Amino acid sequence: MGAGHGHRLHYHGHSPMHRAPAHLKLLALLGFVLVVVATPRQAYPAYAVELLVLLGVIAVARVPVGYLAKRMVVEVPFVVFALLMPFVAHGPRTEILGVTVAEQGVVAGVALLLKGSLGVLASLTLAATTEASDLLRGLERLRLPQLLVQIIGFMIRYLDVVTAELGRMTVAMRSRGFEPRSPRHWPHLARALGALFVRSYERGERVHLAMLSRGYDGTVRRQTP
Amino acid sequence: MTPVLDVRGLAYAYPDGHQALFGVDLHVHRGERVALLGPNGAGKTTLVLHLNGILTAGAGTVAVSGLPVEKRHLAEIRRRVGIVFQDPDDQLFMGTVRQDVAFGPANLGLRGPALEARVMSALEQVGMAAYADRPPHHLSFGQRRRVAVATVLAMEPEILVLDEPSSNLDPASRRELAEILTSLEVTVLMVTHDLPYALELCERSVVLHDGVVAADAPTSELLVDADLLARHRLELPFGFDPVVAADQLAARRTAAG
Repeated sequence: MGAGHGHRLHYHGHSPMHRAPAHLKLLALLGFVLVVVATPRQAYPAYAVELLVLLGVIAVARVPVGYLAKRMVVEVPFVVFALLMPFVAHGPRTEILGVTVAEQGVVAGVALLLKGSLGVLASLTLAATTEASDLLRGLERLRLPQLLVQIIGFMIRYLDVVTAELGRMTVAMRSRGFEPRSPRHWPHLARALGALFVRSYERGERVHLAMLSRGYDGTVRRQTP
Repeated sequence: MTPVLDVRGLAYAYPDGHQALFGVDLHVHRGERVALLGPNGAGKTTLVLHLNGILTAGAGTVAVSGLPVEKRHLAEIRRRVGIVFQDPDDQLFMGTVRQDVAFGPANLGLRGPALEARVMSALEQVGMAAYADRPPHHLSFGQRRRVAVATVLAMEPEILVLDEPSSNLDPASRRELAEILTSLEVTVLMVTHDLPYALELCERSVVLHDGVVAADAPTSELLVDADLLARHRLELPFGFDPVVAADQLAARRTAAG
């Protein structure tokens, strides 16, 4: 696949990381995440080593760290959860900055934060260096069932369409006085999401009709050698 | 001669009981370009979905070049009848333009160089060969519509069915699409309520209203019959004079030889 724009997480480049086969990158990511998850909670030097390895990979890929850092906001819900843990956990108490918290909670929260961040950063690195279509082909080469690959492919294809549709719907709602920040208006947002779901479902049906019209019988033939 | 499209007494009611078609008769012969006109809700799309067996006739028959639209012929029927849907985003679902155009012929069993040749020839016919490796959702709306036409041309259909081909196009894209459609040597059935477009592209028009064929005449004659247009909720755009337009069209055709 030559020309064309990448997806929103993709950082255009020609580094060895960009050129590496997608299925190897996928396996590497899976292995890395398993190691991170298996790391004992308080083995802080091990986290440091893992982070160094990851930073090394990012350096080879020549993706600016700031580019990845901005995209790490996806982790925010986990961060909130990790910050709450010291307050909700049971067991012996300790004091940090004049606040009483649970010791076990602090340890667990820090470990969750570290493991989560490493995992997210590693996934973002894969996304930054791999085109969506290459990822699909990588999954195919890893023998993921055809049907699942097709579903993921459709998801990638229609993500932009559905996001744009949601964008147009919110613009139309704001034009009539809707304010997404105000909790009083959130029920409207929920209804809009419901409408979006119905619209997407109907689009799915229309896409299926269009596929049937061109002789689709359940299997997508391999087209590129 | 066997008509490319032969619809007889076609009636259809949706499962919820709403009856959309009440006995439609329609013949389209090889090489003709026919416009199917009608107001919203006239049953145009329902009729189109019968032409390649997506919907099955409640009563009556549909035949394509003599082959009846029946379950055992569906694969061949869908090769013969190429439908271009209204929203190109419904029709273009693969990662690149090339893969999308290859989808139909690959389903017909084409592989390798034959498939590639078919894809490139279809893209050249719509002037989009340079975009083969682009993802379809990054193209302009007019370009996507043209690629949607190519996805169907790649199946080498006997009849090209277009659902509202001019909708949402800017005037330049609209004219480009008209040029492409006139350059194709294929039978066309064009569903629209864009009357000037029907006049420009189709010699003959069929009016569908309330699920029956209400009129069938040369487009230039149909558009000057103000009573008939009003009866079927069809309206010419403000300032459009079908007589002047028909003269211009005749002059253009003479000039083109």
